[in-house]
Amino acid sequence: MADFEFTVASPSGTATRSAARINASRFDHRSLNEKIRAAISSGTDEVDVVGCLGERFIAAGLSSGSIRIGGTPGNALGAYLNGASITVYGNAQDAVGDTMNDGEIIVRGSIGDAAGYAMRGGRIYVLGDAGYRAGIHMKEYKEKRPVMVIGGKCGSFLGEYQAGGIIIVLGLCDDERRIVSNFPGTGMHGGMMLLRSDCEGIRFPKNVTARPATPDDLSEVDAILDDYCKRFELDKARILDAKFTKVVPDSKNPYKQMYVAN
Amino acid sequence: MSGEKIIASMIPVHERSNGLGGGFAAYGIYPEHREFYALHLFYDDESRRAECESYLKERFEIVDAEIIPTRTMREITDEPLIWRYFVYPRRTQLRSLQIDEREYVVRVVMKINSTMTGAYVFSCGKNMGVFKAVGYPEDVGRYYRLEEYEGYSWTAHGRYPTNTPGWWGGAHPFALLDYTIVHNGEISSYDANRRFIEMFGYRCTLQTDTEVITYIIDYLVRRQGMTYAEAANVIAAPFWDTISHRDPAERDRLTYLRTVYSSLLVTGPFSIVLGFEGGLMALNDRLKLRSMVTGQSEDGDRVYIASEEASIRKMDEDACRISAPAGGEPVIVYVKEGRRESVGTY
Repeated sequence: MADFEFTVASPSGTATRSAARINASRFDHRSLNEKIRAAISSGTDEVDVVGCLGERFIAAGLSSGSIRIGGTPGNALGAYLNGASITVYGNAQDAVGDTMNDGEIIVRGSIGDAAGYAMRGGRIYVLGDAGYRAGIHMKEYKEKRPVMVIGGKCGSFLGEYQAGGIIIVLGLCDDERRIVSNFPGTGMHGGMMLLRSDCEGIRFPKNVTARPATPDDLSEVDAILDDYCKRFELDKARILDAKFTKVVPDSKNPYKQMYVAN
Repeated sequence: MSGEKIIASMIPVHERSNGLGGGFAAYGIYPEHREFYALHLFYDDESRRAECESYLKERFEIVDAEIIPTRTMREITDEPLIWRYFVYPRRTQLRSLQIDEREYVVRVVMKINSTMTGAYVFSCGKNMGVFKAVGYPEDVGRYYRLEEYEGYSWTAHGRYPTNTPGWWGGAHPFALLDYTIVHNGEISSYDANRRFIEMFGYRCTLQTDTEVITYIIDYLVRRQGMTYAEAANVIAAPFWDTISHRDPAERDRLTYLRTVYSSLLVTGPFSIVLGFEGGLMALNDRLKLRSMVTGQSEDGDRVYIASEEASIRKMDEDACRISAPAGGEPVIVYVKEGRRESVGTY
């Protein structure tokens, strides 16, 4: 296999989609990203990156194209992503979608810590678990509303300092672990979390309100769950047949009395 | 296992270090000398070596002494003299001091490292050894020809010094007896920990924070007789809020450890791997501000611990049970005569 080759895929419908295949093991992370950008900017629609082993910043800042990743991509996958689509067929490491602005990152395995750090738009869908601090400091502004859906369970500090956007955790694995570990929503002051659990035994901080989700709450995210279930071929009706808990900040001014009376 | 795989594991994480320190600890590598303490030393020059050797001869029977074999490589420069000695303490000295031989070895090592300029003992356990240098870890591994050693347990580290100089003695692992520490992070509580531990005869001489964790482990495990899990409950004690929600017996135990050893609480971000005779312990700070991933070989005979999954995949493409230990929860793995048992989050 060549290090880097362009092929023209068979036409699908009327449009012809072009594809490139890059063997990551031949490059350091900088050259690998240059190859990916070169392929996308020369009009290639789909780039398959195979044999990844820890290369950082893959597809960082990309605005278009579709990247499919084999192997284990390194930290900060899709950082500053600006519209491109990334699919990972295994696990991803830390800081997936750091500060991403638009586009989507689909991970069929699990992800490490601090996923979606300061994310401001786009979608991150994970089939497996997320580590610590998923959705830390997600934010939203007007039509920009980031979405993160975790199919498995999450570590501590889920949605730490969350300022906007939607975090959904489905807990679709049968084990003893709670759906989210300690200190979810610490410092949360915007956006919302939806956890597919009655959240018994989970202690939320004083700055948030956690209550059973209503049918209205669920219909608000119906389109998101629809999309998520289609990507991973999951049965939405079965997923919805469970108790959900909605978590929102309970104050317009979360810093009240934290440092000064304001 | 030879050192080949662990050297390879450092390649995907090359960017995590900056070439100012790399090192390895290897266990089970000196079976023919297993009864003797293996001392690894750096010397600035031959006169330091002569001076230090005469000091060693007064305190130890030296069974074997040799230059540690290395490769000449352009990536590794400014080499000190690097020697190893297989020794045992002089019985008459042990008797007159009325201390056990491990304490005796610790005292001699502390004396050399704190008073003999230009001589450093960087490894002093039995049937194990530390190998470290200024350089990238994968280069340091080749420099010391680690593919020629066979061990049952290996640790490795690439350094990116932020607050202190990069020098040969400052590379990880830091070792005392068979305890070795590799560490990613920085210790906010360093000076509080140092002041406490120096009351018990330890001397922090290596110009970096990690060293103190090694002495804390030696103090808690060897001198206070704690289990590794208990030592982890001291170093990464749970938050009072977390302790208050445990069942009464556990609450009392954790409260006792956190109160009595409050000066040994290590704060700030860290992930560490402690090596010891017969096993490993991995531990994150309780906020988990540094990454750590564990995994196993498909047959369950090997356990892997790394900062990134990519390092594990480099060693074993088919590694399974990839998981991330929670902050403050130790993962302890024992290797004994082909039998392995593990506790913690596994």
